[in-house]
Amino acid sequence: MLLYAISMLLFGSISPISQDCDNTLSGTVIDLHDSSLLSGALLIVAGTEQAVQTDVDGKFIITGLCDGTYSIQVSHPYCTTQGYTVKVSGNTSKTFRLEHHLEELNEVTIRGKAYQNEAKTIAKTKISTSELEDFSNGSLGDALNSLSGVSSLNTGSTVVKPMVNGLHSSRVVIINNGVRMEDQEWGAEHAPNIDVNSIANLTLIKGAGALQYSGDAIGGIIVADALKVPVKDSLYGKTLMNLASNGRGSSVTSQLTKSFQNGWYATAQGTVKRYGDFETPDYVLSNTGVFERSASLHFGVNRFKYGLEGYYSFFKNEIGILRASHVGGASDQLAAINSDVPSVIEDFTYDIGEPRQDVTHHLARLKMFSRFDGLGKLSLQYDFQRNNRLEYDIRVGDDADKASIDLELDTHTVLLDLDSDLSDKINLKTGLMARYQTNFADPNTGIRRLIPDYDMYNLGAYAVADYDLNENFLLEFGARFDYTYIDAFKFYRTSTWEDRNYDQLYADIVIEETGNQILTNPQLNFYNTSATAGATYSFNDEYKLFFNYSLASRAPNPSELFSEGLHHSASRIEMGDLGFKSEVAHKVAVTLERKNPVFSFSVNPFINSINDFMVIEPTSIEQTIRGNFQVWEYRQTNALLLGFDLDASYALTNNFRLDHQFSFVKGYDQSQNEPLISMPPVNTKNSLAYQNPKINNLRLALQSEFVFRQNEYPDNNFEVYIPETETYEIVDVSTPPGAYHLLNFSSSIDFNITQKSQLTVGFKVTNLLNNSYRNYLNRLRYYADELGRNYLLNLKFNY
Amino acid sequence: MKKIKLFSALVLAGSLFVACSDDDDSTPEIVNEEEIITTVTVTLSPEDDGTDVTLQLQDLDGDGSGEQVYTVSGSLVANMVYDGSIVLLNETESPAEDITEEVEEESDEHQFFYTVESGLDLTTEYANFDGDGNPLGTEFTLTTGEASSGTLTFTLRHEPTKPNDGTLADAGGETDVEAMFSVEIE
Repeated sequence: MLLYAISMLLFGSISPISQDCDNTLSGTVIDLHDSSLLSGALLIVAGTEQAVQTDVDGKFIITGLCDGTYSIQVSHPYCTTQGYTVKVSGNTSKTFRLEHHLEELNEVTIRGKAYQNEAKTIAKTKISTSELEDFSNGSLGDALNSLSGVSSLNTGSTVVKPMVNGLHSSRVVIINNGVRMEDQEWGAEHAPNIDVNSIANLTLIKGAGALQYSGDAIGGIIVADALKVPVKDSLYGKTLMNLASNGRGSSVTSQLTKSFQNGWYATAQGTVKRYGDFETPDYVLSNTGVFERSASLHFGVNRFKYGLEGYYSFFKNEIGILRASHVGGASDQLAAINSDVPSVIEDFTYDIGEPRQDVTHHLARLKMFSRFDGLGKLSLQYDFQRNNRLEYDIRVGDDADKASIDLELDTHTVLLDLDSDLSDKINLKTGLMARYQTNFADPNTGIRRLIPDYDMYNLGAYAVADYDLNENFLLEFGARFDYTYIDAFKFYRTSTWEDRNYDQLYADIVIEETGNQILTNPQLNFYNTSATAGATYSFNDEYKLFFNYSLASRAPNPSELFSEGLHHSASRIEMGDLGFKSEVAHKVAVTLERKNPVFSFSVNPFINSINDFMVIEPTSIEQTIRGNFQVWEYRQTNALLLGFDLDASYALTNNFRLDHQFSFVKGYDQSQNEPLISMPPVNTKNSLAYQNPKINNLRLALQSEFVFRQNEYPDNNFEVYIPETETYEIVDVSTPPGAYHLLNFSSSIDFNITQKSQLTVGFKVTNLLNNSYRNYLNRLRYYADELGRNYLLNLKFNY
Repeated sequence: MKKIKLFSALVLAGSLFVACSDDDDSTPEIVNEEEIITTVTVTLSPEDDGTDVTLQLQDLDGDGSGEQVYTVSGSLVANMVYDGSIVLLNETESPAEDITEEVEEESDEHQFFYTVESGLDLTTEYANFDGDGNPLGTEFTLTTGEASSGTLTFTLRHEPTKPNDGTLADAGGETDVEAMFSVEIE
């Protein structure tokens, strides 16, 4: 750039000097970002060698110019020097805008995105790139699990669904690079379709306050962002490789970024992950392998005044589901629960058989923004997602290789956002959202649709304002309105239709009756209001207090509305309800945090009161030819969740650090006066880490994780008659497993290969003591233990 | 302004997407469960060419809330040998699909088990086997003893351990059929 400016100076301008040459060029030099006036900027006119400096008001005047074109170099101590071509005709005025504090700006953009932009009165927890790299071989859920207040609802060890303060699925919204993930997130056994390696920053907002994203995040919002690319000429990348003993597999991920001084950039990234059957300390978990492939491409131009961004990601994951978890009716379930080991244990294999999931997710996003003086930053985004979910069951005959579930969910969204600074103290964010979603369930499965065909339309509008009362005090208010319209085609069994009294209630939606099924066309409207109000007070540089109240409303999802039939993977019959209305949550969260190099902590109590909370629970036993099945019906109740999360970190010496985490949550069904199902048990994580920058940044850490037994749970046990023993037996689907303690070890060391490249070698052992345990929040806990000891070697190469 | 043009073009493109997406007004195709077993019929033919006794369980809507219908045609004769055969049908399809054929084709992955309540005086024996000589049990012989009554349960397991000791517990696998009939021997 500098070279360019100099060459322009030398050869740039051969202006005619013979004309009328008493014109002036006057004007100001200002900062591109905040339009502040730049004093002391130097302007040099090529050809005439004339040099002037701007005064305290950023003003300059150059005299003795002829009509014609001049090359002018403008420089400032804190700015990138720039060359301009100026056409002078008579007395001319011109404003030069300089990129002020280049490096600092990048910093601000990065931090601004991650911390400042959303929900300023809710304390956020963040996982940085280096922490995320620790989970390179795992899943998004594994990474989130490392935060206090986050647990996960698992199906085996590879389907990991994040749970925030006791809530999950449709109540936790995931924003992947500005796009709300629409990947059939309603299902408890559906993990988010994001490769953890495609994310550079992960931010968790434990509440619904980030209204620019959604108004229905009753549990919380997870914001995943891709790498921010600096505005400078560079080429860099990284490659990570992991080898794991448990599952005998590996993952490889690579990323390459090219950026230019003029703001253009492109990043390409890809991951391949392959594991065979995982193992507990005592046996192989047959059919638990996983094969994941993903790639993403991110490109665009980032200028201060405007920018354009394109993002595309592809994610494909094939996941084996524990063979022994596929059971028939209640008597099979009883046998499985009463047995200490899974009913099927075979030799280790990489093959993934039935039951299995095969999920593909495409996500494409195009975003542009422009800054308008006096208006603010206006952004427009269009995104498209296609989620294809195939679930294969154990089937017989001609259907053996056919999927039992084949759903394709397409979502188009247009977002228009305006971020304006009304004054130095007031920032206002407003926006509009329009979304269209269509679900297609392939009838060729030969199994009745779990989720019916539907079209869904959403319209949303929001406004969030924050006001800096003074240096220490910030207030935030926001409101959002969403309209949802669902137009579905649903086949009901005639017997169910009549049994649930739908023939009386919804006679007008019947289209036709065929055999023992009725085709209906439910058309549903939901009007949801959400709001947030909060304050942040900084006592000094160290202490900060956050207070936030949020009102969130969530329309029922297709599963809650339309479920009707046997859910094979859960071995139960599930029933939705067409009459559901939106659930409405009121959450109050307070956070006190201290940031200090020696002792830091954060305490985060919360209370979440949810009206018309949709919960699924057993109501009866249905006899079928395959045996007895429990019937689980969704119903609406009032729920109350309360608890607190605690984080603390203490530096013992320069090299030793203690970290502590404690999460506590209780959930109650207030109508039935009983605990809510699947609430995370109290858990605590404590670690001691040693780090020495002098010895190649050697890092050693020992972590202890203690999970208490969940003592509060609803009793959903039922009895089943076993002809062989001629007795009635209790099928214990409720009692949680005992407490457990795990020790994990991790270490890493850096080696500088060349000046620009670095190799990090890491070695980890999880479940160091090789404990056998079961996890209350694993849906397969009835059938098998959790994973045994795992040795992991990871190599990271930065270049 | 070029940018404004771009913006408006995108807005327009977006609205087009929304506008033309609702083009399929046709109703979706009905799905009839393919593998479901709606009807289990056990036919017991006495060796003295007397009247057959049939035990039938019918549940036409599968896992729907419709009633299960048990029909036992009559009582068994004491001290008699019966040839038994089991037929499984999917009657949601028309004509009804014979699932027994599939079970017999994949005989190594299936096995019927007969559970006799302690008060009921009868014994059973397998009459057909898979390729490895392990029992399949869609055909069997039933020998009655003295007059008594109790339940007789037929359980079909998919992918049981084979060979097994004849108990459901040892066989494992997944239950495809569990039909319990009240039987009387006179």
